[in-house]
Amino acid sequence: MLASAAVALVLVTPLVFLVIEAFHAGFSDVVSLIGRSLTAQLLWNTVRLTVVVSALCTVLGVGTAWLTERTDLPGRRVWAVLLVVPLAIPDFVVSFGWASLNQQFSGFKGAALVMTLAVYPLVYLPVASSLRNADPALEEVARSLGVGRVRTWWRVTVGQARVAILGGCLLVALVILAEYGAFEIMAYQTFTTEIFTEFQAFRVPTACALSLVLVAIGLVVLAGEAAGGGRGRLSRSDRMAQRLTPRHSLGKWKLPALAATALVVALALGVPVGSATYWWVAGAKGVIQGGMSVAGAAWHTAAYSASAALLATVMALPVAVLAVRSKNRARFVVERATYVVLAMPGLVIALSLVYFSENYAGGIWYQSAPMLVGAYTIMFFPLALVSVRASVAQAPPSLEEVGRSLGKRKLEVFWRVTRPLVTPGLAAAFSLVFLSAVTELTATLVLIPTGAQTLATQFWQYQQNLAYGQAAPFALLMIGLAAVPSYVLGRYLDRMPARASLS
Amino acid sequence: MTPHRPPFTATSSRRRARPRHQQAPRLHLLGLVLVTMTLSALFAACGGGGPSSQSLVLYSGQHVQTTQSLVAAFEKSTGIHVSVRFNDESVFANEIVEEASHPKADLFYTENSPALEYLQERGLLAPVSASTLANVPAKYDSPEGDWVGVSARVSLLIYNPHVIPASDLPASVLQLASKRYRGLLALAPGETDFQPIVTAVARAYGTGRALDWLKGLKANAAGHIYPDNETITAQVNRGAAGLGVINQYYWYRLGAEVGAGSIRSKLAFFAPHDPGYVVDISGAAVLKSSKHKAAAEAFLAFLVSKQAQEIIAHSESFEYPIAHGVQPSAHEVPFGQLQPYPITIAQLGDGSLALSLLQKANLL
Repeated sequence: MLASAAVALVLVTPLVFLVIEAFHAGFSDVVSLIGRSLTAQLLWNTVRLTVVVSALCTVLGVGTAWLTERTDLPGRRVWAVLLVVPLAIPDFVVSFGWASLNQQFSGFKGAALVMTLAVYPLVYLPVASSLRNADPALEEVARSLGVGRVRTWWRVTVGQARVAILGGCLLVALVILAEYGAFEIMAYQTFTTEIFTEFQAFRVPTACALSLVLVAIGLVVLAGEAAGGGRGRLSRSDRMAQRLTPRHSLGKWKLPALAATALVVALALGVPVGSATYWWVAGAKGVIQGGMSVAGAAWHTAAYSASAALLATVMALPVAVLAVRSKNRARFVVERATYVVLAMPGLVIALSLVYFSENYAGGIWYQSAPMLVGAYTIMFFPLALVSVRASVAQAPPSLEEVGRSLGKRKLEVFWRVTRPLVTPGLAAAFSLVFLSAVTELTATLVLIPTGAQTLATQFWQYQQNLAYGQAAPFALLMIGLAAVPSYVLGRYLDRMPARASLS
Repeated sequence: MTPHRPPFTATSSRRRARPRHQQAPRLHLLGLVLVTMTLSALFAACGGGGPSSQSLVLYSGQHVQTTQSLVAAFEKSTGIHVSVRFNDESVFANEIVEEASHPKADLFYTENSPALEYLQERGLLAPVSASTLANVPAKYDSPEGDWVGVSARVSLLIYNPHVIPASDLPASVLQLASKRYRGLLALAPGETDFQPIVTAVARAYGTGRALDWLKGLKANAAGHIYPDNETITAQVNRGAAGLGVINQYYWYRLGAEVGAGSIRSKLAFFAPHDPGYVVDISGAAVLKSSKHKAAAEAFLAFLVSKQAQEIIAHSESFEYPIAHGVQPSAHEVPFGQLQPYPITIAQLGDGSLALSLLQKANLL
């Protein structure tokens, strides 16, 4: 409880900053800004995009997760990696790739397409880890009771993954609220693009007031998810043993399933990689002298992102355990509240850290690695939480009770019983945060130590200056770097059930 | 099932052969690697050492090409090290205000004047020495003497002759709102270089007419609203849109990037003294809070020296040098021959009027 309260405290600091700053804004300024006709348009833009993209991500994420985790899809290990990597492609690379393909890809259609392809892994990852951990006995029972294949799939397989699906959709919705780069390129206006305009006009107070509106929308989304989530029992039941989950044979559907998976990968990964490769080959090389070496930028990116991923995962565990296990309303609220940060633009979070460092900590850590890692941790904590939470929800509490009844201390029970059960969730959490941090730009530019560069900041510098030929290798390396944890995790998780089944 | 060993964990088969404390070697190894990485990243950050007396921190919203070649030349001639941070200049301006109690930057170098004017209004800039200011025509410096003009760009039309013939081009930026250009116009309302034009139109014709004009532009540019001048340049060049307003240097840079053979667009000036024909000034300032004022002042003096201005004139950035007696690269219209709309730095201000109008027109 204490641990999760501390975590929540850290996470709400940006919110405190928003409230303090918003008070400086003239009330009439804020009212006239929110009252203008464009606000309704921005609301409508935000809402319809959120609904459409969440629906599309659910279809893509659940479909591909089921194919790679529960069927005999050929090459599923490779697909499992390729399906996650799009998350690590910066939104501005994806948008640029599509926009340079065809003019049709702009406005609502373009934004929906680009966002779906960029964020469906947020649904895929938790759902895949949930399917991997799901109790196969439930499906068998349903089938033995005469329930048809399709109905079993829908009611049991998808039903078991419900927490993960809803959690994924929640992330998608919140990420869309905070998205800026892709919408700027697609010329699609939302509340966040409006906030950036206010920053451009040096009106920090109004920008913060508008961010509070964004937070309010985020709260509505959270309430919706909580209402739809239910609190059914999702944990395993069959003698509490993890065993190899049998894979469905696709039979004659093998080829269509393969084609569909390949299409998703081609659209989400092929288009941006293709456009980056094109620029690498076709663009001029030496327009900009100097800059940081690719290796140096890659090292910084990996170090900052891995540190943040580790920190966020560790912090997520106590919050997730309490949120799932506790019946206490207050604890539930603490967990929910932490999700709100995902709806805040990175720049807002960075400026809030600057504010607190300047006003209460004598300016220490500003523009240093710890603060940058801290910012990543705050920004992407909800991604870690949703993955860990889904795993914790599937781990039966009775096992811990058995452990306790055998006279083990709380910590030992946690380390020996709970932790192994939630390891897939921890792994998913680590990789989600890592992939997201690799491409972070707006907060990085404010907080990175002077003289250091990440792949994203170096890409941005070249791309800003039309040096696409020089920018492209950094984009390709970002994608490559993200493939590493995806691959390692895929292999690691792959072995787990098999190993367990031997015992 | 023995009571001490839960049989359900993923690693149970291994644990039979191992002492208890080694139950998850893989995870331990991964953790060790990560902790090492974290610590080394943190040490790298702390061990870098604070800026010495001969080291300056420069916040640059200017293009990397321009900044890096200037900084390199300055370091070579003075031995003073300059660390550069790059970001959007409006973000820097907000940041400089936030960090005012524990400042990090000594210098601020921008692409446009509004960010400097905003900081000047807040009293965060140190006065520039008279000898530095004297190198540049006074109309391109801060009216208060708190920052110095370094280089300039001019706004004009880019058009694709395969889409729209030169004879159909408007003489005034005001005509771009006419129905004639519906579906042809490319617009980047969020681009900082567009704001001075809005300010100029508002000044020339009043805010009411400027607002109507913006609404007309919005209708004409439906489907061709882009994030920045770079995109306008690229899209007009490939014929996706017919024409747009940009600063001249984007066209030259696109040529440098894709090669002259791929350039299918052309540039055209508005009529002399039209509000669409605006000179934008890039400038630099020493922050009042700087602890290295002498070195920082030396950097400003260097920026307007003949050596630095020659670098600007001949670099890939294609901006106009503005110090007395330095000529731009040969293929551009000489700076002295430009006939822009007469608007002063003070009249451009911090750009908030333009942004309000753009918001009222629902373009932002």
